[in-house]
Amino acid sequence: MIEAFDQIFVIAKHWLLGYIPGVAQPFASAVLSTIPILIAFPLLFAITTLLERKGLGRMQNRLGPNRTGPFGLLQPMADGLKSLTKEDIVPTSADHVVHFLAPLLLVVAAFLAYAVLPIGRNMVMVNLNSGVLFFFAIGSIVELAVFMAGWSSRSKYSLLGAMRAIAQMISYEVPLVLAAVVVIMQAGSLSTVEIVEHQAAYSGIFPHWYIFTPWGIVGFVLFMIAATAESNRSPFDLPEGESEIIAGYYIEYSGFKFALFFLGEYLGMFATSGMAITLFLGGWSAPLSFLGVIPSWVWFFIKLLVLIAGFIWVRGTLPRLRMDQLMNFAWQFILPMALINLCVAGVWHFMHPGIVRWLVSAALLLAPCLLLRAMLRRTKKFQLRTYSFAE
Amino acid sequence: VLGEGIVKGLAETARNFFGSYVSKQRLTTVQYPEQRLPQVEAFRNFPFLVYDGADPQAGMRCVACQICEKECPPKCIFIEKSKDKKPDAVGKPQFYPAVFNIDVSVCMSCQICVEVCPFEAIKMDVKYDYPTEDRFAALLFDKHELAKSNEYYHEIHPTEADAVDAALVAEREAAAAKAAAAAAAAAKTAASQPTVAADAKSAGGDPR
Repeated sequence: MIEAFDQIFVIAKHWLLGYIPGVAQPFASAVLSTIPILIAFPLLFAITTLLERKGLGRMQNRLGPNRTGPFGLLQPMADGLKSLTKEDIVPTSADHVVHFLAPLLLVVAAFLAYAVLPIGRNMVMVNLNSGVLFFFAIGSIVELAVFMAGWSSRSKYSLLGAMRAIAQMISYEVPLVLAAVVVIMQAGSLSTVEIVEHQAAYSGIFPHWYIFTPWGIVGFVLFMIAATAESNRSPFDLPEGESEIIAGYYIEYSGFKFALFFLGEYLGMFATSGMAITLFLGGWSAPLSFLGVIPSWVWFFIKLLVLIAGFIWVRGTLPRLRMDQLMNFAWQFILPMALINLCVAGVWHFMHPGIVRWLVSAALLLAPCLLLRAMLRRTKKFQLRTYSFAE
Repeated sequence: VLGEGIVKGLAETARNFFGSYVSKQRLTTVQYPEQRLPQVEAFRNFPFLVYDGADPQAGMRCVACQICEKECPPKCIFIEKSKDKKPDAVGKPQFYPAVFNIDVSVCMSCQICVEVCPFEAIKMDVKYDYPTEDRFAALLFDKHELAKSNEYYHEIHPTEADAVDAALVAEREAAAAKAAAAAAAAAKTAASQPTVAADAKSAGGDPR
């Protein structure tokens, strides 16, 4: 019974496939796998926008949206209708084709990333043997879409926003991938399904999630920081920077194209969160062995919602970084830590299991962490600025 | 410790988040159309015309002297004086405004019309929500829309209205005393002829 409920979507898909002639089955199978993703994640996007506005409101001691429907539950629908009915303005001097394609490319790239995410047991669209690589390759298309938007709009704010976005995304792409590499080292596979299966074992009631190792914790934190920067969320929302460059690279977009950018950004956030879950939080596996009675796909979405809540919480707390702080943080702290983490994961691999291995790894990570922090906090000497050419 | 400030900040926002569900003091939002804050007595928005008695048009204190029309800085008042006189609330024949319009979309709530009115006829209202789809005709108030009773005035500005009423009563008493004195003097002149001209002049000098 529990088994059947866990596999309900897989069973339903096979049952539907039984009605389709053999020749069309591969195609039908692909369609049947795609449609739930195309429904579930935009729905999650709608829920998240509401949760975010409500949560941020409460953090600022406000009520948040509460006018549309009971408790404002219909707010996402109202937002969607509003953006659909708004005028779609394209600047006269814009490159119309690129301007049109940018939001589409962003959304398509964001959706493609879900192809390799195992949402539940046996629930993955394609089990690529290079799944993690595919994920990060697709993730970098987002940068192209962002720059297309910024460049084609022919506006200084757009271009400024796009420049910032590219600088930031490329800087944080490196630690994002490096933070993921430790898991690949440990699991010995690039396949997301295999990585999750490695973590789905239990000793006693406790799972073998990678986050319960020193390099796993550090990797997870680094991955999440880099993911925040990758999805342009506060405190790394310089490319959008509402208070300075208004909306950054998508300032010249209106109506549904604007909504598509919004959708693409949130889908990217969900995808990277999903990847963090797959890599460090055991994917669809239950946090305690006896909790396995709850279907695997429920666990995936619970974990995803927890990570989203974390994103919202951080957004409600931290102010925006300055550009130099952002870059210094990426290259002087995150990247060295990710590299050290790689070495520690290697040390962990060659040591005998036990408490000693744990302590040695933790010490090897903590020491450079404190050292790097001291370097980052080294106070700058301020002096009177002299102008050689002015005056 | 590394990240201590961030943890402190996160704790603060968490405290705000949960606190807003339990503490009324944190959640200060007033849900406007349903809930409204109590009004301060000194609040004012647009002018209205005060009337005494039951009939708004007959009891209107305004005698169409047009001082407010002349003094209004943005010129939002338009008055047309009547040709005839009608008895006012106390029964004295007076001119009255045949047309009295205020364009509240122009009015700047300066209260100068109230300051200059010698008859306490125009006062400031406290109503501030005039939502409408027609920003021209619907925001041009005529004398029927502007007329509000003295009781309403007492309701919105109690202290000020009491002072105004006291002043009006004192003024009427003074006028009555003067009239009585004039009548007495007139009775006296009936006996002795030579002072008639001077007394008649003092009786006619009263504006009411």
